[in-house]
Amino acid sequence: MKKIRFTKVRLFFQIIYTILTNGYIYGYLNGKIYKGTLKYACVPGLNCYSCPGAVASCPLGALQSALNERNLQVPFAVLGFLFIFGSIFGRFVCGWLCPFGLLQDLFYKIPLFKKKKQLPFHKVLKYGKYIVLVALVIVGSSFLFEGFAKVPAFCKYLCPSGTFFGAIPLLGTNASLQAQAGGLFSWKLGVLIFLLLLSIKVYRPFCQYLCPLGAIYGWFNRFSLVQIHWDKDSCVSCGACKKACPVDLPPEKISVSPECIKCGKCVDACAKGCLHFKKKRNMEEKSCNPSGRQTD
Amino acid sequence: MGFFQRWSKKAWTVGLGIGVIFLIIGARMDQFERFYRKAIMICLECIGIG
Repeated sequence: MKKIRFTKVRLFFQIIYTILTNGYIYGYLNGKIYKGTLKYACVPGLNCYSCPGAVASCPLGALQSALNERNLQVPFAVLGFLFIFGSIFGRFVCGWLCPFGLLQDLFYKIPLFKKKKQLPFHKVLKYGKYIVLVALVIVGSSFLFEGFAKVPAFCKYLCPSGTFFGAIPLLGTNASLQAQAGGLFSWKLGVLIFLLLLSIKVYRPFCQYLCPLGAIYGWFNRFSLVQIHWDKDSCVSCGACKKACPVDLPPEKISVSPECIKCGKCVDACAKGCLHFKKKRNMEEKSCNPSGRQTD
Repeated sequence: MGFFQRWSKKAWTVGLGIGVIFLIIGARMDQFERFYRKAIMICLECIGIG
């Protein structure tokens, strides 16, 4: 039977998902945003709801708008979506669905510079996404005031996805908004350009070091339904999976590490077929945890 | 396979259950209505104005 190449399937998934979740063509043509009932729901990936094409809500945007409420409550509705998506997919969302992940993947394909998987000081910098989650998304949005209003700090000061999918198309088609763009827009555009240029050399720098949604889904990675299973007994330790892994994980950490985006490149690279998205029946007995690994 | 080993493989169902319960609580607290009202307005901060 012909082996499925997950690298190609993934690109197809990413493109289809991006089109489906940003397919409100009327918005792009008229500089307006969708106001239908689908916006009651969150999509799994980063998806600015100010994007003229967005047909649903961004989970981080919705989380911050809940934390921006005058009477602060536990944002159960958004946490509900995050628990559901996280429990089913984990960071598979980052690898296979997120439109900004797709954009960074495309920039990484540009044949310029010698490619690097990670930045220097990766072991320290990878915690940046947790700092962004706590400082900007939770604390910033709950307690940071400008005048009498709270601000969605992550969306306002950092989110490059919002700049690319929301700000640029809206300002491009809406003259009155264009006239109001000032220093903040220049800052956000600078962040976007910096991250996209960095993406040509380093694999997904935003996802690896800054994305708070990746930090949330990373927590679910170990026990989510979608897993890459490793058959330790058939493994010959050739290192092909680690070499292919864009975030440089060894086989025992693939899928369970919070850094793994479950892209499937390791599955494609394994000549012995020791890594699978679907658990084989004989692996069922050997393993004790959902990823098919022996517990320590 | 012991009881706990079987359940550790199904941990995702617990997360899914918690998610569904949170959605129901959120719906009862009218939180969907509130985030919908925000999502249908252009977020000026998000696009770099403000």
